[in-house]
Amino acid sequence: MQPTVKAYTLSTCSHCKRAKELLKQLGVTFEYTDVDLLSGAERDAMIAEVKKYNPMCTFPTLLIGDKVIVGANEFAIRDALGVK
Amino acid sequence: MNAEELYRKLKEMQEPRGYFFNGDRERVNDILEGLLTNKERYGYMCCPCRLASGDRQKDKDIICPCAYRERDVAEYGSCYCNLYVSREWNEGKIPHAYVPERRPADRTPY
Repeated sequence: MQPTVKAYTLSTCSHCKRAKELLKQLGVTFEYTDVDLLSGAERDAMIAEVKKYNPMCTFPTLLIGDKVIVGANEFAIRDALGVK
Repeated sequence: MNAEELYRKLKEMQEPRGYFFNGDRERVNDILEGLLTNKERYGYMCCPCRLASGDRQKDKDIICPCAYRERDVAEYGSCYCNLYVSREWNEGKIPHAYVPERRPADRTPY
């Protein structure tokens, strides 16, 4: 079974775009949040959530099951998903 | 200004300084579009790969080209976004390693 996949991203970021494209290409079901498109309390809450997993609060930050992957690291993403 | 005009303008300005655009034109175009979006959104070309605060003073170090480009290109052959790279990076003479965030946490306004 596919692990739960969640991505914290920026709408303007090319690393984030690559990560989303890779997940799509691998047929992974995932949800993502473009944090730059949020404002006010919603944005603050989302930043706090990202920092729980990645204190540097950089993008993309991916949660794949219980693994946290920072950056569009194809090898780490494939490894966390258990695909070659 | 569109991405094509920005490409020409920046290329002319940055190449003589030793900063080349990534040879992957599609990636470059995406990043330039991100810069133009941020220009429209915030009034300045904040790094599209980082979360802007919207306060020019606080974002000063991440307005493109960011304050970290020089050290990142010297150490990794590429800036954080993979927009500006060295000639060697484009020629594949150095590995295209992940460029970690160099911006100190205390400069991050969130």
